[in-house]
Order: sequence, then structure tokens, then C-alpha cells
Amino acid sequence: MAEILVLAEHSGESVKKVTTELLTLARRFGEPAVVWTGPGADAGRARLAEYGAAKVYVAAGEEFDDYVAAPKAELLASLVADKSPAAVLVASTAEGREVAARLAVKTGSGLITDAVGLDEGLVAEQSIFGGAIIVQSKVRAGMPIVAVRPNAIAPEPADGPAEAENVSVEVSDAAKTAQVTERVVQERGERPELTEASIVVSGGRGVGSAENFALIEKLADTLGAAVGASRAATDAGWYPHQFQVGQTGKTVSPQLYLAVGISGAIQHRAGMQTSKTIMVINKDPEAPIFELADFGVVGDLFQVVPQLTEEIQKRSGD
Amino acid sequence: MNIVVCMKQVPDTYSERKLRPDSTLDRDAADGVMNELDEYAIEEGLRLAEAHGGEVTILSMGPDRATESIRKALSMGADKAVHLVDDALAGSDALATSAALAAVLGRIGFDIVILGSESTDARMGVMAAMLSERLGVPQMPYASKVEIDGTAISINRQADYGYDRVQGSLPAVISVVEKINEPRYPSFKGIMAAKKKPVETLSLADIGIDPGQVGLASAATEVVSFADRPPRQAGTVVKDDGDGGAKAAEFLAAQKFI
Repeated sequence: MAEILVLAEHSGESVKKVTTELLTLARRFGEPAVVWTGPGADAGRARLAEYGAAKVYVAAGEEFDDYVAAPKAELLASLVADKSPAAVLVASTAEGREVAARLAVKTGSGLITDAVGLDEGLVAEQSIFGGAIIVQSKVRAGMPIVAVRPNAIAPEPADGPAEAENVSVEVSDAAKTAQVTERVVQERGERPELTEASIVVSGGRGVGSAENFALIEKLADTLGAAVGASRAATDAGWYPHQFQVGQTGKTVSPQLYLAVGISGAIQHRAGMQTSKTIMVINKDPEAPIFELADFGVVGDLFQVVPQLTEEIQKRSGD
Repeated sequence: MNIVVCMKQVPDTYSERKLRPDSTLDRDAADGVMNELDEYAIEEGLRLAEAHGGEVTILSMGPDRATESIRKALSMGADKAVHLVDDALAGSDALATSAALAAVLGRIGFDIVILGSESTDARMGVMAAMLSERLGVPQMPYASKVEIDGTAISINRQADYGYDRVQGSLPAVISVVEKINEPRYPSFKGIMAAKKKPVETLSLADIGIDPGQVGLASAATEVVSFADRPPRQAGTVVKDDGDGGAKAAEFLAAQKFI
């Protein structure tokens, strides 16, 4: 059975959830072989084994973290040449897409981004134009490269040996021209990452100020959720730009999405329409976001949100 | 400094966007506008030219009507434009598009290429990386800040946790996020001046690309089928009579979220 290469996303030893989602998909089409870059593979392997990884190709060099995208693309290209995999799966994240783009050019292969599903014959499902149209597409030239949207499919455990194999690739100087010299962490805290969170609570224009975002954060923390913001809120400077959900921001697909004080312009809907369950709190009953709501409350968010937060605390205290 | 900004005309996201039966974008169904993030790319190009000297060239690949957006870019203050237009390009995928743009860039030369980090229609977010790969120059992606000192370039790359500092040297390809600046509106003077600015039109023959290598027929990906998303089932909407929060909590409990 041909291998399916899965580029691992991890933070040190900690394997990101999207990697377990990619493994779940990969198992359906071949022998899942993880490509691990940088340190942490020894400890990370256990998690990969729980999701059925057959092999783990480990390239432990520092250069994979120290430079933008290109070294990982070289590594993948070299593995593609060596192992002739049936496909390469990456996460449809900023870096995942960059690595995939370079690999597509290097190998002359077709690339599908932001897939929300993968069916027989490696036919990918995509949700386009702000979620209005569902498209099935496939790669017909070269070796298929598919970037899968985080959180789009449910990870399913399965045992695998996750047998480690060290690979050494001499990264060319040409791939080491954009150097990452510093990582500046501005927002810490215990909240999950926006694109990986199972619950996202987002605030919009109705929140009214940066200070009032504390209400959104409190509700989010009560639910163990990530915090998002509409473009109106990030443009106004109420919440940092990297948390913007929408056409020009992040696309999220959580189990539960709470839109608070957000009207639901196409700009925003494009980033959250594929959420499984959507709850809306807005004082304007005509707001288009209610069209998407599984449950909506027409009311003043400054009354409804604190009450909801308190009710959740009460119930979880039981 | 020779600054080239790649600009794409896209269907307005506020109008209904459709696919044609052959699965290509129906560009007549919706109004064409400049891709929004490209406005930030043009603004950054203009600011860099103002600070360091040089010229800003707009590069756009698209059908004849893309000239509307090219004029807008020129009225913002860009000096000139190159329009790659050829019927054979219709339906090109990202690989073919990047090959064509790279061929033009090779012909016109550049110190800096700037792009919006993605377009609102295809939303792939891969063009900057593909151009960087094809041109063999450093990629400075998702820039929220750009600094140039001689031939050294450093950017802040937006990240989930904050930002990364990324360094390289020119020539380079930059992609920008909207945090980077506030794009200017074309002034009346700018609009008048734009009418006289040069727009060079190039065909595939001009850049030495075989029409058989691009377009829908030779795309490396194909659409198998597509359909409108089924409408979401209408949900429950309640009016807050002092118990809206409690009712919302009941819903969350019934759905096992709490």
C-alpha cells in the first residue's frame, strides 16, 4: 500500500489536533507516514501512534523552524522522490499552505487548499464563496497535495506502530533566505487556538469597546472556548487583528460558534458558516446572522451574556 | 527601487457569486472590484516608494475588464501597469497563474513584489509562496510591518500568538495582511492623472508561455461537481424577556455543550 505523507504540525513535543485529523483521513487512502520536523519527535510519537501512524520520518534539524516554509518544502520534495507517496496532506494553515504551494511548484503537482472532507479517489470537498457553494474537486496532474481545514473532520483514534525513521536532508542555501529571528508572543493565556477550538465565542460591533471584550472573554473562558472578533471589532482596535474571523481573517469550523453583537455581513459569514452549531445573541432581530442561527436570542448582549455566563457556571458547578 | 504590486480583480463579495457550468467563476454575474487585500499591498508599495524612492508598477492578470481595477490602482498613485491578458489564460489554476506572473516579473524586473495574502474569490493564499519558489527569492509572508534598509528587508509576520520577525535581503516577495496600513482613497487629481499613465498589455506570446500549458484544460486540479449549500434548517429564536441568557444555557445543555 502506498504511503500518504502527513506533515505534522506540532509545538515542541505537543502534536496539534489538526495532525490527528490528517492522520484520520490519511488512513483511508494508504499507509499514513508522518513527516516530523525539528525536535520533539521522541515524545510526540506516542500521540501519532494513537491515531494510526505507520511511520514517522524525523528530520530533527533546527533549520525547519528557523526559516520560512522553504526548508520543509525541500524535505517533502525529497521524501516524495524517495517514497513515491500516493498523496501529501498538510494542514490548511498559513504555513501549511505555503509549504504545499512550494511543493506543488517543485513537483508540478496539483494542490487543493482548505478541504473540509476527502472522499474516495481523493476527491476533496471545499466550501467556497463564503460557504454558499460546495465543490468537489480532485488533482489530476502529479501527486495530489491536499491542505485540510483544521477542525473540519473528527479525529478517530486507531493504533499504529509510529515507527521512527531518521531522514537527513541537506537543506540548500536557497531555502534559507527568509530567516525567522524572533518570535514575539503577545497574547498568551490558556485559551485554545482559534482554528483548533471546538467552541469559539466572537464579538462584533455591538460589543462597543475594547473594555467590553472582557465580557466575551469571560463567557469564552467559562466554556473553554477561543475568542474571535468580527472585522468591525478588529478594525476599531477593540481586539487584536489575529483573532479576526471572516473573509480577510481566519476561517473557523468549530462544533459551536457563538456570535455576539455581530450582524453577519458576508465578510464575517465567510469565516464561520461551516460551524456545526451556531448561537447568536444580537439586539437587532433583522440581523442577517439570525439566518444561520440554530439558536438565537434577540436582546441586549450586556444583559444576556452575563446571565448566560452565570448560568453556565452554575450548571458546571453542579 | 522597482516595486511591483500584483493585483487581481475579483467578484464583489457583496454580490451573488456563481460558477458557470464548466465550474469556472462567472465573472459577469457579479460586479468586478479590486481584491481588497491588494489595496493594502498597493498602499504599502506607495509608502515604500515614498520613503525610499522608486517606481510602483501594478501587475494584473485577467480579462479585458480588469482594466477597471488597474485604473483604480493607478489613481491611488501607482506609476504604471502591466496587464497580462490572453483568452488562453481563462480557468488557469494557481500553478499556471504563478508561472505566468513569474514570467512577466522576470521580464520587467523587480526589487520588491508585493501581494495581498489571499484573494477573496479563490482564497488559496499560495501565490506569494509560489512566486517566491519560482523566482528563487526570499518570501516575506503575512507582513503586518515592512522595514527596508538598503538591501536588507525585515518584516513582522502575523502569527496566532503575536508575530515573528523575519529577515532577508532584496529582491524579495512580500504578502501583506490588512493590519499593515490604511489604504488611501484615490484623489480627484489621482483619478485624472491615472488616465494618462501607461498600461502595457502583454499576451502569452510576449512572455514566451505556450498557451497549451495554461488555462482550464491544462489545470492540475479539476472540479468534479458543485452545488449550492443546502440552506441551514431554521433555528429557534427567542426574544430576551429577562431570561434570554438562561434560555441560551438551556439550549447549550440540551446540545451537551455544558
